[in-house]
Amino acid sequence: MSKKHVNHIEPYSPQFGTMIPLGGAKFLRTCVLWQLVRFVAINIRMTILILKSHH
Amino acid sequence: MARVVIMGGGVSGHTAATFIKDMLGKKHEVVVVTPNSNWNWIPSNIWVGVGEMSAEEVVFPLAPVYKKAGIDYRQAKALGIHPEGKADSDTPYIVIEYTDEEKSGTTEELTYDYLINATGPKLNFGATPGLGEGSNLGEHTVSVCTADHADHASHELDSCIEKMRNGERQAFLIGTGHGMCTCQGAAFEYIFNIEHKLKSEGVRDMADITFITNESFLGDFGMGGLHFKMGGFATSSKVFAESLYAERGMDWIIGAHVNKVEAGKVTYESLDGTMDEQEFDFAMLIPPFAGVGLKAIAKDGSDITSKVFAPNGFMKVDANYNAGAYENWKASDWPRTLQNPDYGNVFAVGIAFAPPHLISKPMSSPNGTPINPTPPRTGMPSAMMGKAVALSILDMIKGKSTEPTHTACMSEMGAACVASAGKGLFTGTAAAMTVFPIVPDFEKYPGVGRDLNGTTGELGLAAHWVKHILHHLFIWKAKLKPGWTLIPE
Repeated sequence: MSKKHVNHIEPYSPQFGTMIPLGGAKFLRTCVLWQLVRFVAINIRMTILILKSHH
Repeated sequence: MARVVIMGGGVSGHTAATFIKDMLGKKHEVVVVTPNSNWNWIPSNIWVGVGEMSAEEVVFPLAPVYKKAGIDYRQAKALGIHPEGKADSDTPYIVIEYTDEEKSGTTEELTYDYLINATGPKLNFGATPGLGEGSNLGEHTVSVCTADHADHASHELDSCIEKMRNGERQAFLIGTGHGMCTCQGAAFEYIFNIEHKLKSEGVRDMADITFITNESFLGDFGMGGLHFKMGGFATSSKVFAESLYAERGMDWIIGAHVNKVEAGKVTYESLDGTMDEQEFDFAMLIPPFAGVGLKAIAKDGSDITSKVFAPNGFMKVDANYNAGAYENWKASDWPRTLQNPDYGNVFAVGIAFAPPHLISKPMSSPNGTPINPTPPRTGMPSAMMGKAVALSILDMIKGKSTEPTHTACMSEMGAACVASAGKGLFTGTAAAMTVFPIVPDFEKYPGVGRDLNGTTGELGLAAHWVKHILHHLFIWKAKLKPGWTLIPE
């Protein structure tokens, strides 16, 4: 039996027409070390956005 | 001495009032007129709605904060604006009606030198039969629009969870309750938080969860959708949003105008003109927004409401209201100073200003029913408008200029949105999105209409931390605690 990557999605359903995250992407979403890096990145991004938006 | 009157104490009104008082000092008077006794950090209502926060954690009383700031606080609702004064006086004024227990029903005239309309929306539940009456929520569905609504929603959710534990399958329907709704983001956050809650309670397999929206595609968000730079592609928000629903096994209904709500069932019309029904055991449907119904009266007593306000009740400002068809729309149609074109001492911010047109492409069913999201103008843009208008009025009072000196234009500024997908210090996730500018500008940014370096999206725990920190940070700021002016809008 081949490895199961994602839960069954009904072919031709709307859900079948989009991207589905695999294990690596899901792991990184809650990997604390990686998310600490992303936390810094998100804050930098938002700070730049705020600075660009005030007139 | 100048008197600045702010109608409304929500995000934009509170921001404008507190900054202008802080900068003007004691020599000038700042008055806030708002019917509410509490301030509500609305973005956290979705956590109240799933029992992850109490209603008390998202509200605080306004009176002590305004007393500390030296702001004259009137717990009252504004009824009408008299921008030319009256027969025997040229001083403009508004008429207010008190809503506090002591003076309830008493009316008063309040003169002003500058007026900021930050009245926010009327939650127009009454627009959809069965969804509610006027601005009151009906009995068939729940809401997360106010902290009390969200608290009630949480109790209803608990009942459903109990039923699922007892083996009874439950159908959840979350989304928009009318074809002309905005604020899809709140419904988006709530459905993901419900799914997260059901998983953590161990009953996810007993739930059928469906999203119903007036967007023509998931991820429109009332902004005509957006593109993120992701993995070497400019990826559409449609793919991003659909992926989140598909991953969690949730269904969606797009292009839907809910035209009737009954016990356990909604009837809706689709963009292709078909009528259909969707059954539910638990439904949270966002109502459409309308202006709060202010009247405008001229010096001679004639009604000038249609001159000052658009037909939907929102106040006209320096926007181009004659842009015509979608093909002719431009980024420059959007207001910059938020000043009323007829009365230079009157401004409107946040939801209270009348947008020139939609941002999303107008659509209607073959039956002529308009089904399209209206422009979002809550949260960060709302606060930025409040501050920009405060700074303009400050310069006008101090004689530095006779015209507004600051701008907050939705086609020139960005917005950051952190949409929760579930709460938890190590298990929570949220979508952190930035968009620049909010209104696409295809002349300045050919291709997708936005700056791809400023338009980003990602899902993860870090974004949840950001959302949680913002909850505390913005309540700290709204309470005017030490360093509040340093916290950006």
